Amino acid sequence: MTTTIIWTIAIISGLGLLLALTLYLVAQRFKVVEDPRIELVEKAMPGANCGGCGFAGCHAFAESAVKAPNLDNHFCPVGGNETMKAVADILGYEIQEKAPMVAVVRCNGSCANRPKVNEYDGSVSCKVKASLYSGDTGCAFGCLGCGDCVEACKFGALSMDPETGLPVVDENKCTACGACTKACPKGIIELRKKGPRGMREFVSCVNKDKGPSVKKACAAACIGCGICVKTCTHGAIVLDNNVAYIDPEKCKLCRECEAMCPTGAIHGVNFPKPLDKEAVKARVQERQKKAREAAAAAANEIKKEENNG
Amino acid sequence: MARRTFSIGGVHPNDAKISRDCKIEVLPTPPTVYIAVAQHIGAPAKPVVAVGDKVKAGQVIAEPGGFMSAYIHSSVSGTVKSIGPRKDLSGNNQMVVEIAVEGDEWMEGIDRTDTLITEIPQDPKAIIEKIKLGGVVGLGGATFPTHVKLSPPPGKTCEMLIINGCECEPYLTSDFRTLLEKGEQVVVGTAIIKKALGVDKATIAIEDNKPEAIDHIEKVVAEMKAKSTDYAGIEVMSLMKKYPEGGEKQLIDAVMHRQVKSGGLPIDVGAVVDNVCTALAVYEAVQKNKPLVDNSVTVTGECFPRQANLLVRVGTPINYIIDFLGGVPEDAAKVISGGPMMGKSIANLEAATMKGTGGLLFLTREQTKRMPESNCIRCGKCADACPMGLEPFLLNRLAKAGNTDALEENAVQDCIMCGCCLYSCPAGIPLLDVISQARGQVMGIMKARAAAAKAAAEAAKPKTE
Repeated sequence: MTTTIIWTIAIISGLGLLLALTLYLVAQRFKVVEDPRIELVEKAMPGANCGGCGFAGCHAFAESAVKAPNLDNHFCPVGGNETMKAVADILGYEIQEKAPMVAVVRCNGSCANRPKVNEYDGSVSCKVKASLYSGDTGCAFGCLGCGDCVEACKFGALSMDPETGLPVVDENKCTACGACTKACPKGIIELRKKGPRGMREFVSCVNKDKGPSVKKACAAACIGCGICVKTCTHGAIVLDNNVAYIDPEKCKLCRECEAMCPTGAIHGVNFPKPLDKEAVKARVQERQKKAREAAAAAANEIKKEENNG
Repeated sequence: MARRTFSIGGVHPNDAKISRDCKIEVLPTPPTVYIAVAQHIGAPAKPVVAVGDKVKAGQVIAEPGGFMSAYIHSSVSGTVKSIGPRKDLSGNNQMVVEIAVEGDEWMEGIDRTDTLITEIPQDPKAIIEKIKLGGVVGLGGATFPTHVKLSPPPGKTCEMLIINGCECEPYLTSDFRTLLEKGEQVVVGTAIIKKALGVDKATIAIEDNKPEAIDHIEKVVAEMKAKSTDYAGIEVMSLMKKYPEGGEKQLIDAVMHRQVKSGGLPIDVGAVVDNVCTALAVYEAVQKNKPLVDNSVTVTGECFPRQANLLVRVGTPINYIIDFLGGVPEDAAKVISGGPMMGKSIANLEAATMKGTGGLLFLTREQTKRMPESNCIRCGKCADACPMGLEPFLLNRLAKAGNTDALEENAVQDCIMCGCCLYSCPAGIPLLDVISQARGQVMGIMKARAAAAKAAAEAAKPKTE
């Protein structure tokens, strides 16, 4: 009886030792030498494997970063500057800080603003809907409302607002990986600079149609009137293809365009105080009036001089 | 004898040809027409008129924008009001030429009489040039420029011309009425296309649910054969009614028992297929100098009070046609451009017809109701029904996963979008919607890859100076 137990233990232990030795030898023989920095970099990464950086995942990013001569083409939007600093420390590179970004939905076409003109009963997917027709509202450019972006977001930062039928971005969760911008067949989601304390100003519309037909389709669309372009004293707004765009690099967050926009297509978010539209409007109009008068006076002056001369 | 048909897949939807006894009526000219510059597959045509120009019916208003393109003619006489974007049937912007109609003056040299000219030109090149100048495109649905189709690439020879009179789509009857009322012209058109291609054999294929048309065309062909040798080799073939028999590849299979390989063209197996209305348009362009400015449109549906087959000028607003026939019926829920299987529902009734518009179908809510979508039960009915031998259930899954490589491997690009899979699915899965989107995406990728390969080959070529 005892001998059996002893033999069993001996055989099992012997077998264990033998196999361990074999495994050790094989591991030594077929060892893949990997740059130890790859592992270090990967550990410093957020590990979301979202692909927002343009690589297949965090490991692929780390591999590429270690091989690269500098970090100019490598940026992890999820980890942001902190992660990139850690990566740069490991690899001994210098990095330039990038402003944090956030996904912005540029469509005002809520159920109230943009009445439905037909009923869609096909597959619940924006990309299928976009391949079939312009959508169930009069606007051929805006949100289709099937939530492809919500599905694409790996961080749970997007959700559909049942009341407006538009996607809403949770700024605290959004990592600016850009998955939603690629998923949206209409290209209404843009990655924009988050701005100081999250404050930013943007045109919430991408409709390229001409004014009258846009107005018919949606009550809060950009009609391409150009009032904002005239209002802006910083040259931050351009009007292209009947739709205005605010350059976040030039915008000084004065909110004058927002106050002047006749349809309310321009949105300002995260400002500490609500916008006193009338006051700002009066201020801008006063300024414009003065400028007009000054211009008229100058013109008169020139005329006088011409007459005299 | 077994009835001839294609070998794989297919479904048997209810025929519903309720407008089959309505003669083709001429629709009065609308006050304004909107003629799109992209009415065919390939490059859009380039407008050659300016705002304010006076145009006559049959005048060229846009020239081909490339090799694969076609002339566009004014379908009315009047003044060009604007050239710019306008919403099309799907609600997306498309470049159109807007013409305000004044009178009905035609270009000189266009023969608008009914006299039948049976003597056909003998020079293939001259025929193809006339077809090109007439802006003729395939009227079976794909609107492929006909002159391109009739110039096979070097090294490929055509053995048989097939004239497609199947009209396998339920409800539509415009091809059937054309065969009955303009059978002579169709047969002459067939002989002209046959001459242009230089083939000996031509088959006019008609499904056996149209016995009157088969009898009539057989009689016409026999008469013509007695008159001239140009008509030798034209046969009429009766095919078993099955959807989608009118699909190019299915029709070749049914008539010639040959299969076009994946990615191939009909000419690879020695066939050229043209629709009966195309044959009629060819007749008019070659014999009468009349460009393609009008086409027959079936307006039908159980809920529609007045069934009709109308001869409509290209660019007529849809709502003008509907108003002419008494307006949209109250219980209609969907208006479809084309037939119920392949047609697309119209999102914008202000849009205008195009060369390829073959039907307007009104369906009620009950008729268009979609089954609630449930899980795939792996029954394989869609794979049985697919006339291209694809596996729609698999393509659907791959498309949802966004796996474009696997989609290409499984030949999503071969899909002809006939809708048999969706028609047969007991789980109500919108297979066609998803697959057609994936098909477009994959074809885009393939096209980009081919263009990149071509550019690379160009770059690699040593420069010769």
